[in-house]
Amino acid sequence: MMTPINIAATSVVLLLITGLSAGLLRRNQGLLIRVSFILSALASFMATASGIWTVKNGITEKIILPIGLPDLPFHLRLDALSGFFMTVIGLLSFFVSIYSIGYVKGFIGRRPVTRLVVFYCLFIAGMFMVTLADDALFFLVSWEIMAAASYFLVMFEDEKVENRRAAFLYMVVAHVGAIAILLSFGVMAGLSAGFESFSGFTFDAMRQAQFPVEWATVAFLLAFFGFAAKAGVIPLHVWLPEAHPVAPSNISALMSGVMLKTAIYGIVRVTFDLLRVFPWWWGAIVLTLGLVSAIMGVLYALMQHDLKKLLAYHSVENIGIILIGIGLAMIFTSFKMPMMAALALIAGLYHTLNHAMFKGLLFMGAGAVLHATHERNMEKMGGLIRRMPWTAVFFLVGCISISALPPFNGFVSEWLTFQAFLLSPSMPNQIMKLLMPMGAALLALTGALAAACFVKVFGVVFLGHSRGHHNQNIHEVDWSMRAGMMMASLTCLALGVLPTFFIEWTDVLSESLVGAKLSASAAAGGWLWLTPIAPERASYSGIIVFLGILAAYGIVYVVLHVNPGKIHRGAIWDCGFEKLTPRMQYNATSFAMPIRRIFGFLFLIKEDVQIKKAPHPAFPKRLHYFLRVRDRFWFWIYMPFTAAVFWIARKAGRFQQGRIQTYLIYSFLTLIVLLLVKSL
Amino acid sequence: MEGIVVEILQVTVLIALAPLFAGWVKMVKCRLQGRTSPGLLQPYRDLKKLFSKDIVLAENASWIFRFTPYLVFGTVIIAGAVVPILSTDLPLSLTADVIVLVGLFAIARFFTALAGMDIGTAFGGMGSSREMMVASLAEPAMLMAIFTVSLLCKSTSLTRIAEVISSAGFIAKPSLAFAFLAFVLIAIAENGRIPVDNPATHLELTMLHEAMILEYSGRHLALIEWAGMMKLFLFMAIGSALFFPFGIAATDNIAGIPAALLFLVLKLGAAGVALVLIETGLAKMRLFRLTEFLGGAFLMATLGMLSFFILE
Repeated sequence: MMTPINIAATSVVLLLITGLSAGLLRRNQGLLIRVSFILSALASFMATASGIWTVKNGITEKIILPIGLPDLPFHLRLDALSGFFMTVIGLLSFFVSIYSIGYVKGFIGRRPVTRLVVFYCLFIAGMFMVTLADDALFFLVSWEIMAAASYFLVMFEDEKVENRRAAFLYMVVAHVGAIAILLSFGVMAGLSAGFESFSGFTFDAMRQAQFPVEWATVAFLLAFFGFAAKAGVIPLHVWLPEAHPVAPSNISALMSGVMLKTAIYGIVRVTFDLLRVFPWWWGAIVLTLGLVSAIMGVLYALMQHDLKKLLAYHSVENIGIILIGIGLAMIFTSFKMPMMAALALIAGLYHTLNHAMFKGLLFMGAGAVLHATHERNMEKMGGLIRRMPWTAVFFLVGCISISALPPFNGFVSEWLTFQAFLLSPSMPNQIMKLLMPMGAALLALTGALAAACFVKVFGVVFLGHSRGHHNQNIHEVDWSMRAGMMMASLTCLALGVLPTFFIEWTDVLSESLVGAKLSASAAAGGWLWLTPIAPERASYSGIIVFLGILAAYGIVYVVLHVNPGKIHRGAIWDCGFEKLTPRMQYNATSFAMPIRRIFGFLFLIKEDVQIKKAPHPAFPKRLHYFLRVRDRFWFWIYMPFTAAVFWIARKAGRFQQGRIQTYLIYSFLTLIVLLLVKSL
Repeated sequence: MEGIVVEILQVTVLIALAPLFAGWVKMVKCRLQGRTSPGLLQPYRDLKKLFSKDIVLAENASWIFRFTPYLVFGTVIIAGAVVPILSTDLPLSLTADVIVLVGLFAIARFFTALAGMDIGTAFGGMGSSREMMVASLAEPAMLMAIFTVSLLCKSTSLTRIAEVISSAGFIAKPSLAFAFLAFVLIAIAENGRIPVDNPATHLELTMLHEAMILEYSGRHLALIEWAGMMKLFLFMAIGSALFFPFGIAATDNIAGIPAALLFLVLKLGAAGVALVLIETGLAKMRLFRLTEFLGGAFLMATLGMLSFFILE
């Protein structure tokens, strides 16, 4: 039977089989790469198709698998929300799988890639299963498959100390989060059907239960903590800029692009689908943390000169922007304003899809640069636009999209978020009214800083002269990597210029979650115009902006080239110095210096200039400049926390004598205490 | 049909009159500083000369460098098609609201900054870095000033705002006053005027915008200069639409256009004099004093928004 859920389940099975049988082909690594990544691309494509189909027709389907615990078989359900996230995950996995054919080939001869292939397939399968899960057990099993697979992927190049450290940190945070999620499900299950039977652990039972506000709050806070740890919300973000850069770039693209989105899925699923009723301050928490993550994420990103670390910090920023939308939707829902909630929710979800596309694209681009130059440090790059023209164009598309510039996709979702902000005067709550202007201002600041950051990235990596050693072997990447990046770029453009189709497509989603749909007003003026509330309130037409710019460009170009003057190539202006070297260009550190100086109080900055005596007084003295920018959160939260854990461990260690007699006394005393408690 | 004629007319006015306005500002400035002015038409002569010259392109320049002038010119024209310069009844006004307008200026700046990095000189990088710093502080302030007005008018569409304000006539609102002050500061910063940047300087230490475009020549430079003039013109038009929308024709009837044009010329004349007074009265600020200037603008805009939420 061809129904969406069957297709989705088939794709998961296909991925699992591909992953688990990858070992068979381990002797022929080239063939292994081609076969397994083509199969995973196929599986991702199937999942995308089923997701799009589900959301389009508003289908809800269920399957119960006869595996799992006794009395608690695995429940699978594909509804509009799962379908949406399945589309997001599937689409990027499809692009990345094609990209991986070329990218992973780069490892051949250096290390066996079988492990990468196995966990790559399991990782994607795990993410699909998370969106399909309809009971707490299956959800957590999938969640752990996803986490464990990505752990091994981060550990892929495990001979480096930093990789092992990053993977360990990632594992710890992922598990602290998973415990919180488990507890949250426990609270909800206990309230919905009691702990006597397993039936409370299905999401269906939770959907039918009525939760008292205080217990719902406990469940929400636990779940939000757990999912926020996965999403890298500040202050739980420290693992993210460590783990994402050290993974192979196709994995970084998936981790940043879509794995973080499973956490967003979790938050939306728990709040809007399972708990349903909530006080306004839940939304305020989500909104505030979203704003903090957005602004701090982009500022940290600006301070980086490691290309992939910079992109990882931008994931923190974009998760923040998504949470702003979700938080606003929660606030509007609790004030019973479904239309506005729908707008904010769709803005958040739109950004979810957009971020998956452009962040995936940017990480793929970074991977291409890494593949060609074997370098992650931006200070040693430059001028790559001449060696890698295609990669440069695709990367530029990613930069424009993430900087929220029209007519690409990042702009549309931020524009919708702004519109949601501007609807806030109708809220009845005074505190929220004061918070809102600040929120809009911070979002605007975030967008502007992101643009500054990506001028820096593109300018330093692709433009100017090469700052490093002149490596003659830098070359454009192969067709599969270019194809992956090109498809992601085109998706970015399409999502930017044709937003009305997206809005119509997600109608089902906002209707089922917040009880209102946007399309009646948002697409009122036809597919050309996006008018979220009413045409006289606000409108945007990405396609006209795009075509208009192209047309103006074309006309001016043609007019000026009727009788063009000649173009001479000449040396750059050097003020008569004549000895300009590439090292005199602005680099990543100097580009960010003005901003570092303005927002420096937010970081721990250690700056040191040393003047070395020159061998001869006629020469200028040698200058050494040291700069170290560190994350304050590490010292505020994590260092005291680890110190406390070690202190407790040392104290508890005293009980550990190593003598059997002492341990027997412990058991005896415990027994006595328990008996006493029982008898009381 | 008449709407399209008005639209074309408006863009033509923008393209044709922007150098005139730049010339006017230059003339008044010269008079005020006791110098002889080169005359109203000097910008046209400059452009003509630049267009007829050959281009000297840096050895290292990639397609980004050559693409940027056309893109900058194109975005400004698109912006000019949606701002109600002459009439609020424009067929293209639905294309972009005021947030998109800010985005259009941002994309022009994004590419100009990239072009500054492209040639690989310290000047270009310095200009780009500084410009993006100024922009990252100015853009949120600008959005905040605009949001205050759009909250008041319940719309982010510039034409709609102009209609609402001109029909309601509530100029005396405190939120509008704050927003206007913020907008003035931002317009100065965005257009690179004194005290933020000096358009007449080519001294290393003081250049912002000029440093980015230092390597441009010939028709590329002409396009960038012309776009700069149009941007200044547009900011005056946006300010007029947001805060003083009187005299902008409310219909697409061509008969209303001459009157609107007259109002426009009067308003621009006055705005030019005000701009010159600010520029002559102040000295250029040091780069890191700009945070205070832009922070002040941001604060002003936020105050405007807060007073809207609390008082109105």
